[in-house]
Amino acid sequence: MTLQEQNKLLYARAGFGISIADYRRPRPIKECVVGLFPPTTPGRLEMISEEEWAENSPKAMKELTDDLMRKEKQKAFRERAKDLNQLWVQAMVEAQYPLLEKMSIFWHGHFATHTANPYFDQLLLNDVRKNALGNFGDLLRAVSKSPAMLQFLNNQQNKKAHPNENFAREVMELFTLGRGHYTEQDIKEAARAFTGWAYDGYGMFVFHKGQHDDGEKQFLGRRGNWNGDDILNILLEQKQTALFISQKLYRYFVSDEKVNDKHVQQMAKHFYESNYDIAALLKHMFTADWFYDDSVKGAKVKAPVELLVGYQRLLPIEFRNQNTVTYIQRVLGQHLFNPPNVAGWPGGKNWIDSSSLVIRMQLPQALFMSKELNLDLKPTEQEIMMTHKVNQSTSPNKNVRIGQAIADWSSYVAEWKGYGRAELPKAMAEYLLPVAVSNSQLNALQQFCDKDNEEDYIKSVSILLMGMPEYQLC
Amino acid sequence: MSVSRRRFLEMSSLATASMFVPKFLKAFESKPVNLPGHKVLVVVQLSGGNDGLNTVIPYRNDIYYKNRPVIGIKREEALSLNDEVGLNPMMKGIKALYDKGYVSIVNGVGYAEPNRSHFRSMDIWQSGSAADELVTSGWLGRYLDNACTDCDKHNAFAIEVDDTLSLAMKGKQRNAIAVQDINQFHNAAGNPYFGKLIQTHEQEHDAQLAGYLYRTLSETISAADYVYQQNKIYTASQTYPNTAIGKHMKMIGNLINAGAETRVYYVSHSSFDTHVDQKNRQNKLFTELDDSLSALVADLQCSGRFNDVMIMTFSEFGRRVTQNASNGTDHGTANNMFFISGGLKKAGLYNPLPDLGNLDQGDIKYSIDFKQVYATVLDKWMSIVPKEILAKSYDTMSFI
Repeated sequence: MTLQEQNKLLYARAGFGISIADYRRPRPIKECVVGLFPPTTPGRLEMISEEEWAENSPKAMKELTDDLMRKEKQKAFRERAKDLNQLWVQAMVEAQYPLLEKMSIFWHGHFATHTANPYFDQLLLNDVRKNALGNFGDLLRAVSKSPAMLQFLNNQQNKKAHPNENFAREVMELFTLGRGHYTEQDIKEAARAFTGWAYDGYGMFVFHKGQHDDGEKQFLGRRGNWNGDDILNILLEQKQTALFISQKLYRYFVSDEKVNDKHVQQMAKHFYESNYDIAALLKHMFTADWFYDDSVKGAKVKAPVELLVGYQRLLPIEFRNQNTVTYIQRVLGQHLFNPPNVAGWPGGKNWIDSSSLVIRMQLPQALFMSKELNLDLKPTEQEIMMTHKVNQSTSPNKNVRIGQAIADWSSYVAEWKGYGRAELPKAMAEYLLPVAVSNSQLNALQQFCDKDNEEDYIKSVSILLMGMPEYQLC
Repeated sequence: MSVSRRRFLEMSSLATASMFVPKFLKAFESKPVNLPGHKVLVVVQLSGGNDGLNTVIPYRNDIYYKNRPVIGIKREEALSLNDEVGLNPMMKGIKALYDKGYVSIVNGVGYAEPNRSHFRSMDIWQSGSAADELVTSGWLGRYLDNACTDCDKHNAFAIEVDDTLSLAMKGKQRNAIAVQDINQFHNAAGNPYFGKLIQTHEQEHDAQLAGYLYRTLSETISAADYVYQQNKIYTASQTYPNTAIGKHMKMIGNLINAGAETRVYYVSHSSFDTHVDQKNRQNKLFTELDDSLSALVADLQCSGRFNDVMIMTFSEFGRRVTQNASNGTDHGTANNMFFISGGLKKAGLYNPLPDLGNLDQGDIKYSIDFKQVYATVLDKWMSIVPKEILAKSYDTMSFI
């Protein structure tokens, strides 16, 4: 792989695609990798202020005596989830350190929650972003005490008299060890240790001592009067945790389909020995020779959010309807804050089916040529809950139009001027696509191009390349 | 708009991509299609959690009326099935079919440790898994994986009538297609640029992801064309209602009666989340459903296909036995399922209604695991070994 190809691969995986400037001036990998990491802890994303939350918290709601008014208020507050979603996507589009967002998306799927509370979603998102490139132990502890997680996995109901095992099960199955590395008895014992972990009416973590079972527990072969923090520490002591996270990161950054066990083992060892330093693990991976093996090119399907953000970073887009950002996520199957279940988005080939592929291939025309896509979206949980009124449409779906966007082509077009008509498609394909395409494909593409003038030619070549199956990969 | 830009846009709506689809992908389209005895499954998803107790009504049960003083359906209003049980008054068409022996109702269907979230419970039903399992493929998708050993050209083997695909229809290897508007889908997939890409695509990276995408694209183009052609063959013998579900049923009727090779159709009807003012909403939804199903059945009877078609309804959960303060009901657990076909083995009420005197914290206890019902459909209707699809063996039931 040439240095330019290596740069392209790195920025595709560690971010949302390489900029034309970086592509034209490739730098040594070590230098690029250093530049991926933000020098300071990221700032918080705040859509919902503490004041707004205070007005909408369960405590404030209880004081409202008018039922209808309360329902309307609750509904309006839940709708704020959309604003939070858009704020985060905008942060991705503008990110100076896209790796931070890319890792935040990873953890967002890893620690999947589904709440009807956008303030809780925001708190968890900020826990995730703060620790996304930090220490996995800190991240695990913060997430485990976040109200979104306590609510979603029912630790709020986990009390000494009636232990609820939901969190104890998932913290092992999904967050640390993976299936098959613990027993049902371990789940029961861990659930006892987490009793009393809860959040209060303001969404603050509280420990209810009276509801905590402080008796002896036997967990993963060890005996003690463990509490929740002890359980998390014991889980972090397991080498299996480092292996499980490394496997998942490998799939996320290297290859959807093929996992090289030797390389994953190296990652796990490194991760464990660094006491779960996420940044160190990523540096190890991004500077490994094997990361730049030819077989890695095009071995990942772009997740819908990566596709969407990649477009917006390539060509500034102004949406006439801001909800387009969430519509695209929904229609392509990655609606942030609404994972399909506690396991998050399965990813890889799962992103692709006949309808999602055809929609993806039509998307460039919709976004950049205002050729609207008119589609029905399946309802979200919130939408299901809101359809109470008798006269409301009984169609299961929400009809939306995707498109109606104004793209700013000026700087992009300027970068591609001066190429000969015959050489432009190949040069641009090398930039936009992760794998080489044949001359016969490029010739085919040429037949569909707009050749009236150079600017329209550049635009049409771009749109046609983005409409190719290869563009769905990185 | 400049002339050139318009022309560029037009390129994508002229001609059809199937003109460019390589011959080997077209084999499917030219095969003789109308196979007698070719069994078809139509799954109707009642989204939002349909209230089963006001669907199949235990009108001799005091507990029912005690718990539902306002929304309980009176005996004289219900459509009597026997001395104990009646159907929702809006289900006149289904009642008529019931009387002719075309309906089987399975009661108390659910699963252990029921989940009351719409999303999670739907996930459990669609994936065909237990409440504590996380499965990322759907039961009908896995049916495709297993049934379709030789159908690279059979991407129209299962169709969801929608713009996007439900988990139920996604397999590990194969997926159904999602088509709501046949012409729109045909136009989109028929973009001649896509066809040209397929034609010029070299097979060298077929083992890789790019190959998978190209295969998916070919199959989609081929399926879109197939469905488009099939849809032109038959003209509906009935007038279908002009509602979303009516239009969807009409499309299904058209394709079945044309002799399309599609084995599974999947359609959703919503929204049944009746927390408030349940009666009016459920009445409206049932009227739409009843009219559409009646039209479909009549259409199938006209063409002699009703014996080959099984219509199955389900919902992610039933609702609580006690009405709430808003004359609605909240999320519950076990529910009934309807099977409608000319080819049932045992019609009528398959099993007794749930015991309202023996509830689990106000909720109906399930008596039949929904996966056992799936197993029955797979084994006896779709003629496939259910174990591969459901990971476990279940005793099959006798209604099919």
